[in-house]
Amino acid sequence: MSAENTHAAHHEGEEHESMTKKKIWHVFWILLGITTIEFIIALYLVPHGIIPLRAANPIYIVLTLFKAFYIIAYFMHLKFEKVGLIYAVVVPVLFIIGLILVLTNESHHWIDLRA
Amino acid sequence: MSTAVSPIDEVKTTPWSGGRSPFSVEYGKIMMWFFLLSDAFTFSSLLIAYGALRFSSNSWPAADLIFQSVPGTSIEHGAPLVFVGLMTFILIMSSVTMVLGVEAGHRGAKKEVATWLILTVIGGFMFLGCQALEWRHLFSEGFGWGHIPTDLSEFFHKGAPVSATYTQQFANLFFTITGFHGFHVFTGVIINIIILVNVLMGTYEKRGSYLMVEKVGLYWHFVDLVWVFVFTFFYLV
Repeated sequence: MSAENTHAAHHEGEEHESMTKKKIWHVFWILLGITTIEFIIALYLVPHGIIPLRAANPIYIVLTLFKAFYIIAYFMHLKFEKVGLIYAVVVPVLFIIGLILVLTNESHHWIDLRA
Repeated sequence: MSTAVSPIDEVKTTPWSGGRSPFSVEYGKIMMWFFLLSDAFTFSSLLIAYGALRFSSNSWPAADLIFQSVPGTSIEHGAPLVFVGLMTFILIMSSVTMVLGVEAGHRGAKKEVATWLILTVIGGFMFLGCQALEWRHLFSEGFGWGHIPTDLSEFFHKGAPVSATYTQQFANLFFTITGFHGFHVFTGVIINIIILVNVLMGTYEKRGSYLMVEKVGLYWHFVDLVWVFVFTFFYLV
């Protein structure tokens, strides 16, 4: 009985108070800022030889992962969910990392097959 | 005859003891999360296949040479990333309007929710329009599924071997992946419109909760999330 009552009380509100308008615009400026940095690298730093392309690519990927974090954590609100839900969503991403490792490794062998 | 309950007979009220969602999230919302996870697997498979093919090639058409025009204007050369930058900005912006709509929903402000949803739908249509322009421009250059231009030298950096095979792979992957993403944007816009109609009819006001806006918002942010990766791996790297 008491469990049902707490359920009803928990149903709405509670976990949703954490995203205010101010916070939303804050995240927007972060996303825009990161994208601007990517543009500066792609349009100025690489063409002028300040950063070699080989170094720029990992920087792009790290910046992209930062953007992904801000979208998932704040816009999709995952940061404020119960820890069980966070793990249920984040842990399966290991499968994606696994596929990346397997296929990048595999692709190095394809080069010989293509020759 | 003691009335005290021994610890083992006490009814547990911990999150995982049953009777309620341990995640304290509504059923539809958790299903949306799991759907998005499966969708993330689909998109990663496509992007990882792209990565593997690109890694195994000795030459690849350069993004800053293929995407250097601004479709819809007279700028044909020398403006790499400008158009796709605009597209990225539109999509991030529409993500912001969506999350502002969700925030308004928590306060039960029907008019505000409707306004933000309308702006989100407009952003979605603008993105789709930009993508249509870009595709049309690439088609006019000769790119397509199974089609590449006859003269490929302008799409490779100086010194890189010009390869028709890899250009064809690039074209197929580009249209498949951005097409699949564009299809998601399209369905997202349709769902947003349905939700908007429901907001205006007062469906959620009667229900007493704008949770549905939140669930659709999750889908819309996911579309933005995928674009962040597509943008990096097709236009930057």
